[in-house]
Amino acid sequence: MVKVYVPRDSTALSLGADRTAKAIQAEAGKRGMQIELIRNGSRGLFWLEPFVEVATSEGRVAFAPVQPKDVPSLFDADFLNAGAHPLNLGLTEEISWLKKQQRLTFARSGITNPVCLDDYVAHHGYKGLNNALKMTSAEIVKAVTDSGLRGRGGAAFPTGIKWNTVLGAKGEQKYIVCNADEGDSGTYSDRMIMEDDPFVLIEGMTIAGIAVGATQGYIYLRSEYPHALKTLNEAIAKAEQAGYLGQNICGSGHAFNLEVRRAAGAYICGEETSLLESLEGKRGQVRFKPPLPAIEGLFGKPTVVNNVISLATIPIILDEGAQYYADYGMGRSRGTLPIQLAGNIKQAGLVELAFGATLRELLYDFGGGSATGRPIRAVQVGGPLGAFLPESQFDTPLDYEEFSKIWAVLGHGGIVAFDDSVDMSKMARYAFEFCAIESCGKCTPCRIGSTRGAEVIDRIVANRGNAKEHGKQVQLVRDLSDTMINGSLCALGGMTPYPVLSAINHFGEDFGIESAKKAAT
Amino acid sequence: MVADLTTQEKLDMASKIDAHIAKNQHMPGALLPILHAIQDDIGWVPEACYLPISKALALSIAEVHGVVTFYHHFHTHPVGKHVLQICRAESCQAMGSEKLEANVKAALGIDYHETTQDGAVTLLPVYCLGNCACSPAVMLGDDVYGRMTADKVAEIVAEARAA
Ligand SMILES: Cc1cc2nc3c(=O)[nH]c(=O)nc-3n(C[C@H](O)[C@H](O)[C@H](O)COP(=O)(O)O)c2cc1C
Ligand code: SF4
Ligand code: FES
Repeated sequence: MVKVYVPRDSTALSLGADRTAKAIQAEAGKRGMQIELIRNGSRGLFWLEPFVEVATSEGRVAFAPVQPKDVPSLFDADFLNAGAHPLNLGLTEEISWLKKQQRLTFARSGITNPVCLDDYVAHHGYKGLNNALKMTSAEIVKAVTDSGLRGRGGAAFPTGIKWNTVLGAKGEQKYIVCNADEGDSGTYSDRMIMEDDPFVLIEGMTIAGIAVGATQGYIYLRSEYPHALKTLNEAIAKAEQAGYLGQNICGSGHAFNLEVRRAAGAYICGEETSLLESLEGKRGQVRFKPPLPAIEGLFGKPTVVNNVISLATIPIILDEGAQYYADYGMGRSRGTLPIQLAGNIKQAGLVELAFGATLRELLYDFGGGSATGRPIRAVQVGGPLGAFLPESQFDTPLDYEEFSKIWAVLGHGGIVAFDDSVDMSKMARYAFEFCAIESCGKCTPCRIGSTRGAEVIDRIVANRGNAKEHGKQVQLVRDLSDTMINGSLCALGGMTPYPVLSAINHFGEDFGIESAKKAAT
Repeated sequence: MVADLTTQEKLDMASKIDAHIAKNQHMPGALLPILHAIQDDIGWVPEACYLPISKALALSIAEVHGVVTFYHHFHTHPVGKHVLQICRAESCQAMGSEKLEANVKAALGIDYHETTQDGAVTLLPVYCLGNCACSPAVMLGDDVYGRMTADKVAEIVAEARAA
């Protein structure tokens, strides 16, 4: 029977993948043809979803994007035998957008059925765990340290060092907490892992548990991801049935249990201590540090808090070895970064590459320029707390240190493109507004400063041309930003000035800064 | 709106709430799971649940109230049959979400946090649906829709209303 693949990823669904799948099934039935319809994950070529594939003796052949109306003509063209058709893109693996990538964390995404454990195991699944079970805790932690993996949730803290602290902490009960709150606009790689290859996250967390001596794991999942919730729960149940989770993992004597907990729509709960408060059933207010969560975390116990991508990268490190992973990348940014192209971009989707590629390559070679066909004027990298970068900075390589040199961040790897119709004063205002909506309320510069900030931006815009008042207001926003940077407990208040000041510094004309200067002379 | 409930409806609600509390109260950090279970079932989190929850978890009513109101996800008032969320975050802004939200509000005749007169649709803002590769995005119930226009939103809303 010919295998036909139609993704079940929620972005594919958002473009009608369910209707496409139904149409294919119905058309096959009508023609008396037998097919095996597989709902795979997404390859991440979201600009081409619904992305249908047909298995042939040469490999999988892609037809995309397929809407229900295209289905009869695909059958007419004998697409089940890779027949010629305007939507026939040839062998999937040869599509250059995909071929140019280095898929390590996302090695299986789109290839397998996300909730089929056999499929997972047949594609290198659980090899990392098998290796880990033969190692001591210290050896596992050392491998993670040697791989150079740094937290992909935003702060880029070395994962091995964090694990080592938890390993060394005294405590009968320790926890592994997966941060799946993915609140940054322009990011969806966590969602993809959970929907398209959930076993890799389960395996990564299991390895983490064995490494530090934790027997309970929680995935704190944002409430905006109902599809991921279903997929994760289905995968966890299957892993339990097969003995990959539970009291005696693969007969090793190690115990590890896993539970998904739903968040409730607060951006701040992505901050790790606020997340822990929320898991404990409280308001998501940020905690003072120290104590570090690694020492006193969930319910006061030593806790590893890691991002989805960090944890999902553990299996390949344990499978292929630390050096294999560390061989990718540049400088102190080792391995690969799953980059998410978003916003006004023609070919949006998931691009996993070794650190070091430039923004320009991402935006043009992969992204194909803007979706609207107008020039890309600004990009925001790293979510709502990330700086806006102008064209003159597009040659910056994706590397944590190179970005911090230009007062920018990579964050969780989201890149949002804007064309030249963007009004950057609106974006700066929005950054303050977002901070005001999402502030946990613990510190004044963030709670009050954000609302004042939005008002100051309004006054800057209103006083274009009135040099004296305008200059005063611009100075005010700079002073306010200083206060927020220095006086905030966490990065919500502390980094909101990144998008604000980068917008003012690089796109002053949108704030009337040039015209105000002119009026003064 | 709670006042509109009959005595029988109030009793039904109370027994549902009790069942969700009983089922979840013994897990560590039980409050959010209980609130989710209540909202999934009833559609919102009525104040009537504060007292039984506070008793079961040994919290004050103020603490329960504080938690419910901290989180955007929990509705403290009844919502329409369908919840429509429009993404307001940056990626969707880059693809015209501002115009989209204005047009959808005009078409439905309501603002954010309001419900259409027929009780069919409640409109809410949301900050990223993880669908940023296909902005602008909206969510109706549990389903996400990408590359939206006001016309397409009208279509899916009409479908939901008819269903
Ligand atoms: C306001 C705020 C929001 C955050 N949101 C997230 C998030 O959604 N996901 C995440 O993994 N980390 C988020 N972080 C970073 C976490 O605090 C923490 O550094 C991270 O979960 C650690 O995991 P990692 O080392 O694997 O990156 C956020 C931080 C701040 C200050
Ligand atoms: S900076 Fe803002 S979000 Fe962070 S702890 Fe302070 S008030 Fe809370
Ligand atoms: S910003 Fe709208 S879906 Fe992510």
